[in-house]
Amino acid sequence: MLMTLGTLLQRDLTLVVRRPQDALTVVGFFVVVIALFPLGVGPEPELLRRLAPGVIWVAALLATMLSLARLFADDYRDGSLEQLLLAPEPLTLLVLVRTAAHWLMTGLPLVLVSPLLAVQLGLRPEEIPVLMLALLLGTPILSLVGAIGAALTLGVRGGGVLIALLVLPLYVPPLVLGAGALDAVMHGADAQTHLSLLSALLLFALVTAPWAAAAALRIMLD
Amino acid sequence: MAERGVQWFRFAAPARFYGLAGRLVPWLAGVAMLLFAFGVYLGLAVAPPDYQQGDSYRILYIHVPAAWMSMFLYLLMAAYAVIGLVWRIKVAQAMARAVAPTGALFTVLALWTGALWGKPTWGVFWVWDARLTSELILLFLYLGYMALHAAIDDRRRADDASALLALVGVVNVPIIYFSVRWWNTLHQGASIRVTEAPTMATIMFVTLLVMTLACWLYASAVILARARIEVLEREHHSAWAQAVLEKPE
Repeated sequence: MLMTLGTLLQRDLTLVVRRPQDALTVVGFFVVVIALFPLGVGPEPELLRRLAPGVIWVAALLATMLSLARLFADDYRDGSLEQLLLAPEPLTLLVLVRTAAHWLMTGLPLVLVSPLLAVQLGLRPEEIPVLMLALLLGTPILSLVGAIGAALTLGVRGGGVLIALLVLPLYVPPLVLGAGALDAVMHGADAQTHLSLLSALLLFALVTAPWAAAAALRIMLD
Repeated sequence: MAERGVQWFRFAAPARFYGLAGRLVPWLAGVAMLLFAFGVYLGLAVAPPDYQQGDSYRILYIHVPAAWMSMFLYLLMAAYAVIGLVWRIKVAQAMARAVAPTGALFTVLALWTGALWGKPTWGVFWVWDARLTSELILLFLYLGYMALHAAIDDRRRADDASALLALVGVVNVPIIYFSVRWWNTLHQGASIRVTEAPTMATIMFVTLLVMTLACWLYASAVILARARIEVLEREHHSAWAQAVLEKPE
C-alpha cells in the first residue's frame, strides 16, 4: 500500500515539475498581491510593518484558494479520479497524498518566498523565523481544509467562485493564529501559544479533513 | 419500541409529513403572531426604560431571540442534514434545506438589529467584537450552504454535498468562535464588552421569553411550510403527490 501511495505522490509531483507554471502562478499571485498593498495604503514603514502579518496571511489564503480549483479538476476531467475511487487503497489516504502534493507545490513555495516579502514590508530579521514557522504550520491546514471545498465543488457550475464562499469562512482560525503569532512577536510577546494552537489545528485537520474530502469525492462522483 | 408512545418515524413518510405539516402550519403561525403582538406590547409599553440605555435597549427584545435562533437553527440544519445523509430519510433532507433560509434571515436580523442598537449605545454601528464577528461568519456559512445546494443540479447529490458542508461547518463553528474571541482579546485592549449582562428585571425577562417563543414558533411555521413544498416537489411522481396536485386544498 505504501508503494501505491508513494507512486501517487511521485506522479503528482512529476506532473508539477513537467509543468511548473501551475505552481509558479500561485507564488506570483502571492508576491503581486503583497506588492500592491504599499501602493494602496502608502509607503510609510511603520504602517506597513503593522499591516504585515495580516497582509501576508490574507495573501496566502487567497493564493491557496485560487490553486484549489486545480486540486481534483484535472483528474476529474481525464477520468483518473474515478480510478482512484476504485483503487483498493483507502480513499482517505489517497486524498491525503494528493493534498500533500498540493501543499508541496503551492504551500511550501509560499513559505520559502515569504522572507523576501517580510523584508519588503519592514519586518525585523528576528521576526522572520516566526513568520516562516507559522506559515509552515498554517499552509498545510489551508490545503487540507481546501481539499474539502475542492471536492464539494467538483463539476459544479461556477465552482471557482463558490469555493471561495465555502472555504474562506473555514480559513478564519489559521488566519487568526498565524497572523497572531507574528503579531505577538512584534509586540515583544512570545509566539509559543499561537504556534502550539496552530500545531493542534494542523493535527486535527490532518485527521479529519482527508476523511471529509474523501466522503465529498464519493458524493460528487457516484 | 413500537408499542411505546407516539411513533415519530410514521411522520418520516413524505405523505404523512405533508399532511401533518399542513395541519400544523396555520396553528404555529397563528400562535406566533399572537405572541409577537403580545411581546411587542410588553416590550414597548409595559417594560420600563433601562436606567442606563433608556429606550434604545428595547431592540434587544428582537435582537437576542434572533441571535439565539440563528445559532440554534444552524445546529438543527446540521442535525437534519446528518440524518438525511446517514439514514437517507427524504423528509430530513427536505427539512435541512428548508431550515437554511430562515437561519440566514435570523442571522441577518441579529446583525442588523445589533448595529441599530450599537449606534446609540456604543456610538458606532459596528465593532469587531468577537460575537459580532462570529455571527458574521455564521452568515457566510449559511450562504455557502445555500449556494452549494443551489449550484448542484442533481438533487440527491446537492443534498449529500451540502449535508457534508453543514457537518464540516458544525465542527468548525466552535473553533471559529474561540479563535475569533481570542483574536479579539488580543487586539482590543479597552473595548466594549457585550458579555456583561446587567441583572434583568422580571418583566424584561418575561418579554424576552415571549419574544423568543414567538420567534421559535414563527421559524417552525415557515420551515414546515417550506419543507412541505419541498417534499411535494421531490415526490411529484408518486401517487399521493399526484392526488394532492390534482385536487388542491
